[in-house]
Amino acid sequence: MSDQPILEAKDVTKTFGGILALNRVSFHVNEGEILGIIGPNGSGKTTLINCITAFIKMTSGKVFFRGKDISRKPAHKIADMGLTRTFQIMRPYYSLPAYKNLVIPLFSPRAKRTGGWRGGGKLGDRNTVGIDILEEIGFERDSFVPYKMASTLPTGYLKRLELARCLALKPEIILCDEVFSGLSMSEIASMVPLIERLQMDGIALVMIEHRLRELFRVARRIMVLNFGEKLIEGTPEEVMADEKVKEAYFGSEEVEEVMTYA
Amino acid sequence: MEQRRKERIDRGIKVRADGLYALMSWRELGYLILPRMVLIVGMLILPFVMPSMYWQRVISIVCIYALLAVSFDFLAHFVGLVSLGGALFIGVGGYLSAIMNTSFGFPPLLAIPIATIAGAAICTLLLFPCLRLRGVYFAIVSLMYPLAMTRVIEALDILGGTDGIMGVDSFPNRWIEQYFVILMVLLFLFGARRLVNMDLGLVLRAVKDNDQAVRASGMSITFYKAVAVFISSAMGCLGGACLVHIYMWSGMSLFALDFSILPIAATVIGGAGTIVGPVLGCLILVPVSELLREFGTLRIVFYSVILVAFIVFRSEGIMVYGQRKYHQIERWVKV
Ligand SMILES: Nc1ncnc2c1ncn2[C@@H]1O[C@H](COP(=O)(O)OP(=O)(O)OP(=O)(O)O)[C@@H](O)[C@H]1O
Ligand SMILES: [Mg+2]
Repeated sequence: MSDQPILEAKDVTKTFGGILALNRVSFHVNEGEILGIIGPNGSGKTTLINCITAFIKMTSGKVFFRGKDISRKPAHKIADMGLTRTFQIMRPYYSLPAYKNLVIPLFSPRAKRTGGWRGGGKLGDRNTVGIDILEEIGFERDSFVPYKMASTLPTGYLKRLELARCLALKPEIILCDEVFSGLSMSEIASMVPLIERLQMDGIALVMIEHRLRELFRVARRIMVLNFGEKLIEGTPEEVMADEKVKEAYFGSEEVEEVMTYA
Repeated sequence: MEQRRKERIDRGIKVRADGLYALMSWRELGYLILPRMVLIVGMLILPFVMPSMYWQRVISIVCIYALLAVSFDFLAHFVGLVSLGGALFIGVGGYLSAIMNTSFGFPPLLAIPIATIAGAAICTLLLFPCLRLRGVYFAIVSLMYPLAMTRVIEALDILGGTDGIMGVDSFPNRWIEQYFVILMVLLFLFGARRLVNMDLGLVLRAVKDNDQAVRASGMSITFYKAVAVFISSAMGCLGGACLVHIYMWSGMSLFALDFSILPIAATVIGGAGTIVGPVLGCLILVPVSELLREFGTLRIVFYSVILVAFIVFRSEGIMVYGQRKYHQIERWVKV
């Protein structure tokens, strides 16, 4: 395996009208690594993911996936390459049961190509494959939860469903936009091992989080955004000791909590 | 005053017939099959019930409109594209079949399938540029094409100009004509209902409900919209192709606005999103419209009034109402 990063962003810039939402943000993600991205509300974290995955067009900058320039590719082509993302505001197919939600990504060209869930071979019945994936991501198989309408699922399951949609594509990297937010402490506790397992499976992860304590348990490298600018990048300890970061987060309870904890 | 509320409960038999158990008892099986059988048998005996030449013609026209209405309902309620292109589909399919027949000598039963496929390809190409746009553009563009077509044909005097293409062969006989169009309606009706519940159908419905998630799943929404437009325009082109062999003539009136508007009115009356409903809507609306024939083009006022009335009174449509009565018990309960 080469030491080429799996994902590299160079000088990503985005303006909305006159507002500079992202100002020349550069970063990279290594093979199998978890990179945490933190920053106060409105600092441009979601916009960064949207630019990388082409859900919005960036004003300037370049993105490389495994060394290949993907800056001009449409969103579905990028997902097709194995660069997947979750949505901060969950986007399930509300009118379908949870497991049927996965029939759609499993119908995609990438899923057909990579196929071979469980024991290899041809992609079987998409419904059963869907239930298998849901089980992996923490839906209890023998319960009725996988069969419930997505519109009736609580937040915790919807967050998992977002991840499951990515997993159905056999991703190489997942950009997670706040998968922990809105979850209870116990739900997060059950989610953390899941994230660790994804990493063990060789999937690289970018995690945008406000729940710093939980993030620091899984991510060894953190990037901080503030007003669309990259403040600093480093280990959780380095980042939290930084004066600029303290200033950006001034008054935020989370940081005080983490700082006393660290 | 005491408050009352309508309570709806699924009938026991509906619940039982939902599962696999349905296959174990004649009663449940009958409950499932009965509505379908009524429709199929009803459609098939229509030509015998109304054997007069005039009414047989009306039945054929009902079927043409039914194809358009199924096509509209499929595209609007399962893919999220509101099409006003009924006239475009009819015109393209009609002219193509007429040309195949008069210029290349293909018999109707060969010209029709060719016109259906080729016509669908042409319509999909014509509509492709506006598939990327969101909002009302699709509706507007699909409405503009037929208007433009008539002007082009008139101005350039192509495709027979204002006289149209004469001497198009009819079906071998009127029974074949009748049963061909009836079977096509049944085929596409049940085919479309099947399709929307298959995996491909789920993807199409997802394009309507949540296109961002579809893109995030590595699928091009434009591609799947194009697939849906192809399927939908194939139904319309089939209708148009049949029509020219029924009238034995292909002319500019194939691009008439009626073909765009009546299917929508039929869908609203019959029950949007049910696919069967629009067919029922046509069975009601087209004969009534025939009875109003002497009012000429004023009939479009009649469709409009019906359409507006149903929308203003928020009617759910015949089929939705019927399904509810069939599957559920209603009763008033005190709150
Ligand atoms: N579509 C848009 N049009 C205009 N401005 C936008 C748009 N999307 C985001 N912005 C602006 O860009 C800035 C960054 O927003 P973004 O959603 O990326 O922040 P965030 O870091 O994800 O915040 P949060 O932590 O609340 O999710 C904000 O000031 C926001 O108002
Ligand atoms: Mg955000």
